[in-house]
Amino acid sequence: MSPAAQTPNGVATQTPQQREEVVTIYERSRPGRRAFSPPALDVPERPLDELLPPSLRRAAPPELPEIAEPEIVRHYNGLSKRNFDLDSGFYPLGSCTMKHNPKLHERVAALPGNARLHPLQAPARAQGALELMWNLERALAEVSGLPHVSLQPSAGSHGELAGVLLTRAYHADRGDERTLVLTPDTAHGTNPATVTMAGYEVVKVGTSPDGGVDLEDLRRKADDRVACLMLTNPNTLGLFDPNIEEIARITHDAGATLYYDGANLNAVMGISRPGDMGFDIVHFNLHKSFTQPHGGGGPGAGPIAVSDRIEPYLMVPRIVRSEDGEGGVPRFDLEEESPKSIGRLRGFQGNYGVFVRSYAYICSLGAEGLREASEIAVLNANYLLALLRRPEIAPYLPLAYGERCMHEFVLSGAPMKRDLGIRTTDLAKRLLDHGYHPPTVYFPLLVEEALLVEPTETETRETLEEFAEAIGAILREAAEDPEIARNAPYSTPVRRLDEAAAARTPVVRQPARG
Amino acid sequence: MSRYTSLTDEDLREMLAAIGVSSIDELFDAIPAALRLGRRLDLPEGLSEQEVYARLRAMAERNVSAEDELTFLGAGMYDHYVPALIDSILQRSEFLTPYTPYQPEISQGGLQVMFEYQTAISELTGLPISNASLYEGPSAVGAAAYLAKLANGRRDVVVSRGVHPHSRATLETLAPGYGQAVAEIPLIDGVTDLAALEARIGPDTTAVIVQQPNFLGAVEDLEPIVAAAKAVGALVVCACDPLPMALLRTPGELGIDVAVGEGQSLGNRLDYGGPSFGFFAASQEHIRRMPGRIAGETRDVDGRRGFVLTLQTREQHIRREKATSNICTAQVLNALAGVIYLSWIGKRGAVELAELMLRRADYARRALTALPGVRALHDQPVAREFALALDAPVAAVLERCAAEGVNAGYALGREYPEFADGLLVAITEQRSRADIDRLADVLGRAVAAERSTAMAGALS
Repeated sequence: MSPAAQTPNGVATQTPQQREEVVTIYERSRPGRRAFSPPALDVPERPLDELLPPSLRRAAPPELPEIAEPEIVRHYNGLSKRNFDLDSGFYPLGSCTMKHNPKLHERVAALPGNARLHPLQAPARAQGALELMWNLERALAEVSGLPHVSLQPSAGSHGELAGVLLTRAYHADRGDERTLVLTPDTAHGTNPATVTMAGYEVVKVGTSPDGGVDLEDLRRKADDRVACLMLTNPNTLGLFDPNIEEIARITHDAGATLYYDGANLNAVMGISRPGDMGFDIVHFNLHKSFTQPHGGGGPGAGPIAVSDRIEPYLMVPRIVRSEDGEGGVPRFDLEEESPKSIGRLRGFQGNYGVFVRSYAYICSLGAEGLREASEIAVLNANYLLALLRRPEIAPYLPLAYGERCMHEFVLSGAPMKRDLGIRTTDLAKRLLDHGYHPPTVYFPLLVEEALLVEPTETETRETLEEFAEAIGAILREAAEDPEIARNAPYSTPVRRLDEAAAARTPVVRQPARG
Repeated sequence: MSRYTSLTDEDLREMLAAIGVSSIDELFDAIPAALRLGRRLDLPEGLSEQEVYARLRAMAERNVSAEDELTFLGAGMYDHYVPALIDSILQRSEFLTPYTPYQPEISQGGLQVMFEYQTAISELTGLPISNASLYEGPSAVGAAAYLAKLANGRRDVVVSRGVHPHSRATLETLAPGYGQAVAEIPLIDGVTDLAALEARIGPDTTAVIVQQPNFLGAVEDLEPIVAAAKAVGALVVCACDPLPMALLRTPGELGIDVAVGEGQSLGNRLDYGGPSFGFFAASQEHIRRMPGRIAGETRDVDGRRGFVLTLQTREQHIRREKATSNICTAQVLNALAGVIYLSWIGKRGAVELAELMLRRADYARRALTALPGVRALHDQPVAREFALALDAPVAAVLERCAAEGVNAGYALGREYPEFADGLLVAITEQRSRADIDRLADVLGRAVAAERSTAMAGALS
């Protein structure tokens, strides 16, 4: 690879001339090569037709790669080098809480007693796993201020679906037909999508000039057709809504439930609890606040906690604890029967491997540590915000709402676009050349050219300062020559990709051979 | 200082000064005093890393895993061998720690993995398009019912009783939200009762859902089921077990619209039930109704080959309440394990592995049904797992086997009251002939012991 043309501080401004075209694992395949050697056939070899009639068999084997182990390893190691990741650099992706993923967690999740435990093992022989899940449930109940927990949902959006289906069951049980769910116009896209899947219609609630829920609009819309109000607090603008008690009152007076999207829980652990704010149902993103690695887009887990009135409808199986174990040791069991339960949302007991990691995290941090994590997350966000409010930056990237923030904040790139001629996406792409993952862009939707920045508590002060410097450098560069940012990135494995062409003529698999 | 943070006293002082506040507490001024917790969380104190390790190891040791016993338990997740190269590649931070590939220029590795995974799933199922991926098996079945709603908007989901009980339960949970009603078709001789199916379906049927092999391990003859469903204009959804698919007629060959399934057996650990992945493949006409992430190939501004998340206008972050699904988290890391596994077993190995399981399952079925008090619950062809009927209380037999370090399988009565005497036995490639012979010995003695106990009870 030839060296790229660089700015004085070492940031590329041109594309390296020669880069290899990538090949897929299928293109590396050659007939006759293999990695797997099957165990010896140690039973009588009866004719296949006697075991499985030809009418039930496929015409030809699947065209899987033919390739030896060394080349598989090189292929995927090669691909890994075409990814940016949290262990390699700063990842201030707003609303995603890209905090450090402790290495201990991988070790404990891989213990054979966890990794090779079958989900249908008799509960008497899975006591360690059930105790871990019970303890995690209790810890999440304490953090949320809501007493009953189900770990079952597999992601935040899955937890949302659980929450809205629980709401549906709660109203149905009282003979109360409701048709609408309220979401603020700042809501994450999963909220309205979930509402539709749960059979409700979405009604948007406006945002007040100070960034909170527009109370007048809420009062107008909260009537006896409304099943639920879905909120995050702090909201997606990074602001704690100080009117939350009034919001809860209005919602409950209308007979609706109040749902807490836990995407932003990292701001308030041990400081303020959704249950105490009046929420009935909360989901947690264990892959955000509780350190499950994101895996390039999963796995995660989205447990929910609920109040007493929602509890009868919780998913099965429930974990139950009794004191009648041998030698006074508590005994844990799975309860499948629960007459009012909405049932199951997936197989087995949920993403246990994620629970192990999150439980290890809670054990490591303890009560004080969780609070301090939230405190430092908010401190780091405000410090980075202060750095970005310097006069050479703020006029181009003003804070969208308020004066301070919780664990994240939203800047508007509208003045930057107007005055420097580069858009938020250009700033984001130029940040790639500086070695950063950009913030979340163009979300929330109500802020023009939005940048949603969440540094998390695990970043050092120096990292935040260097990031602010990079933003300043990109703005200065754009003032001189906006084309540089408009055409960025330069140093990445590929440059801007033609997404329109990909959608117009979708190529979503390797063309079949032959 | 909290674990995994770097804040020093000096940092704190200077950062607060830069912000213009005098304490961290002041940053939380927006939270009304009444909503401040005002006390410590009621949780234990934090522990050192070695203490946490010791504690979690002690808990893990209270579980009896597939490492500790000879297990024949399956029923939806299977103790297959996970090759070491998967552990090694999945622990690379570049795969383990990034978020969803929202910035494709720095996510080419993950996006290409998704593209390769989609290709492998497409090859296994014989269907042209695949996403990457859904949470796991039963929720993928639920997602298929939602695709049927988007495709034809009819009300009735008709599902075979041979579909995994957790998948059927998931359909029931989702039905009120989807505006669907779920009807179940009974089994006859271990497979879906075709006459009952034909009698039940009609113009209100949105989808017919079957499983291959079904929960009792039987390989279903899907051709007449597909024909019946198509005759009433319903979609056909098949939940497939991916490893036997190397031998079985593909959903594509059968004209099935949507193939879904649990991906755990493809290189994923048991992990007490998750995380794993759910695959989702469909015929071309459904491409714009697919749930979740799909990677597509394209070119960059310099003409270089690259990959992006494509057809995103289906998805929640753009289409919001009109999205084809609310799914946001895929199972990319688990799907990576899946595609590495499929590359590792390869084109020939996939067939060899499926044939090995077929032959050992046949051997085991013969050996076990030769035992007094044990017979086959059905005589259909099987691929890896088969159902027995015991002339003895199944729970008591399982306890006796467990006492000898053998987990003989899954008691079907847990989910099927009509098969209270049923035992489901899974034979993966990790169970050798010697292991099967040991199962036959232990199970035979356990059944005999329970029968003689019952006999003694009857006589006294």
